[in-house]
Amino acid sequence: MSIFYTKEHEWIKVVGDKGTIGISTYAADQLGDITFVELPEVGDEIEKGEIFCSVESVKAASDIYAPMSGVITDINDELESAPETVNDSAEDTGWIAKITIIDIDEEELLTTEEYDAYIETLD
Amino acid sequence: MSKMLFEKSVEGRKGVSLPAMDVPAVDMPANLKRNKLAEIGEYSELDVVRHYTNLSLKNFSVDTHFYPLGSCTMKYNPKVCETVARFDGLAAIHPMMPVSGGLDMCQGALELIYELENHLSEVTGMSATTLQPLAGAHGEMLGIMLIASYHRAKGNKKKYVIVPDSSHGTNPATASMMGYEIITVKTADYGDMDLDEFKEKMNDEVAAVMMTNPNTLGVFNPYIKEISEVAHAHDAMLYYDGANLNAILGKVRPGDLGFDVVHVNLHKTYATPHGSGGPGAGPVGCSAKLEPFLPQPRVVKTGDKFSLNYDKENPRITSYFGNYGVLVKAYTYALMMGSDGLKDVAEKAVLNANYIMQKLKPYYDLPYDKTCMHECVFSASRQVEKGVHALDIAKGLIDRGFHPPTVYFPLIVPEAMMIEPTETESKQTMDEFIDAMIEIAGIVDTDPDSLHHAPVTRPVTRLDETQAARQVNVRYQKDA
Repeated sequence: MSIFYTKEHEWIKVVGDKGTIGISTYAADQLGDITFVELPEVGDEIEKGEIFCSVESVKAASDIYAPMSGVITDINDELESAPETVNDSAEDTGWIAKITIIDIDEEELLTTEEYDAYIETLD
Repeated sequence: MSKMLFEKSVEGRKGVSLPAMDVPAVDMPANLKRNKLAEIGEYSELDVVRHYTNLSLKNFSVDTHFYPLGSCTMKYNPKVCETVARFDGLAAIHPMMPVSGGLDMCQGALELIYELENHLSEVTGMSATTLQPLAGAHGEMLGIMLIASYHRAKGNKKKYVIVPDSSHGTNPATASMMGYEIITVKTADYGDMDLDEFKEKMNDEVAAVMMTNPNTLGVFNPYIKEISEVAHAHDAMLYYDGANLNAILGKVRPGDLGFDVVHVNLHKTYATPHGSGGPGAGPVGCSAKLEPFLPQPRVVKTGDKFSLNYDKENPRITSYFGNYGVLVKAYTYALMMGSDGLKDVAEKAVLNANYIMQKLKPYYDLPYDKTCMHECVFSASRQVEKGVHALDIAKGLIDRGFHPPTVYFPLIVPEAMMIEPTETESKQTMDEFIDAMIEIAGIVDTDPDSLHHAPVTRPVTRLDETQAARQVNVRYQKDA
C-alpha cells in the first residue's frame, strides 16, 4: 500500500490496482465546515488531472481532481447525509470514491513527506 | 422571531366585502372542483398592513444602513428613478401594443430602449448593445452564446474558456454551462492574472478569455492590451464582466482595451435596486464581429420613427424587452448624472475605497498593498491568531449598524474582507465604519471571545450557518 497526494490537495491510497480517493486534512481545514459533497457515479471513468466531483463548504465550492485515471467502483454514500465526515476524518472515513486504476502513474504526485513539506510553504 | 402570516389567520375574518353577484351562478363541473377548501389565510386589512409593516421595519437596506459589499456595488438608488418608472406612458403600456400604423402609442418606450442601448454602447466602447438579459448572469450567458455563435459561423474548433483564479464564480460557471472546459490562470504578485502563465496556457482552441477589470481585488490589469493581443492572435474573444464597471465609468472604455463583449449590471453601476433576486438587468454590448448574432428584435430608427426589426433568425432570449422598469430607472440615472456626473462616479468610488484602505491598513493585513480601484481586500489573518475570523468581524459590524462586507471572497485571499464603499457614501459615514472596524480590531486583543457571539443586538443572534446549509428547510409546514 502507498499513499500519494496532489498539489490540489487530493490523496489516493493505492493497493494493487485499487485506489481510494479523498481530500487531505489540510484541504478540509482550509475549506471550513463542509456542507455538501457532489459524488461521482459508480461506473464513471475519471481521468488524471481532470475534475470528477466537487465539495462545498460554508466558504466556497471546490472542484476535486482525479489523482490517477480509473473507473469508479464505489462511492462513499454516507457523505450525502453526513458531509461533516470529511471534516472529522478527511483521510480515513471521509474518503470520497474508490476506483480501479487504469494506469498506475505516480508522475506529479507527492509522497506524504513531500506533501507535508509542500503545505508548509503555503502558510 | 415574529409569527408567520399563516399562523395569524382567524377563521371568518375578512379584509374585503364583495358586492352582490350580478351574473347568473354557474355550477362548475365536479372534476374541476376542489375536494376541500384551499387553506387561504383570513385577515382584516389592518392585520395584513401591520404584519408587513412590522416585517419591513426589520429590513436592513441601503435606505437605512451602509452596505460595503465588495464586488457588488450596493449604491444608493435615487428616488426620482422610481418616480419616472411609474409614469403612465411607460408603466401602463403593453409590449403587444402596436408600434406603427397610427396606433403607435409606444414610440417613447421604443425610443428609451434605443437611446439607452446607444448610451451603453458609447460608455463601453461597443458597436451595439441589447437590453434583453434580465440579470448579470443572464448577460454572461448571452455573451458566451454570442462568442460561441461567432466561432460556429467561422468554423472555429473551440473547446476552452480561460478565467483568472480571482474571477467571479459566475464566469467559469457560465462558460461551463455553455459547454466549454475551464482553464484557470493564477494571480501574480501584482494582483491580477499572471501574464506569463496566461501566454503559456493560451492556445488555438480557446474560445474566450473572461476578465473583470478592475478585478475582484480592486486591481486594474496593467497588461490588458497585451492580453487582448495574445487572445486575438488565437481568434479568442475577450469578455468583460461588468460587475466592476463603476470603477472606470466614463474614464476607460472596455472596447478601447480590446474587449469584444461586455455585460453591464444596471442594478450595480446604474443604481437600480439590487438584491434578493432582483429584478436586475444585464445588458450586453458587443463588437461589430459579434453584432450579427444579437437576439431579435432590434429597435431601429427610420427618420424620427422607431420600429422593431426581426430581419434575422436569431431568437430572443427573454419575453419581450427585458426588465423594462429597471431599464427606465437606469436611463433616468444616466440622464440625471450626465457625462461629467458619470465620470465623477468613478472618481469618487475609487477615492472612497482608497480612503478606507489607508485608514484601516494599520489594523488589518492588506495582501495586495497598492493603490486600489473601487474596492479593497483585507485579510483577517492577523486576527485569526487571536481566534477571531473574518466571519466574527462581519457579525461584529452588524452590532455596530453596518452591513458586513463580502467575506471569504475572492477565494485567493485567506480570511478575505472585501470592502466597497461606492461613491454615494459620505466621509462621515465612512469614518463611522472605519471607527467600528478599528473598535473591533481592539476587541480582538482585549476580549476576542465576545465576537464569537455577535451579533447580540438583532432580532436573531448568531445563526448556525453550517447546519442551515447542510439541512436547507425553507418551507413552512402547518403541523410541524
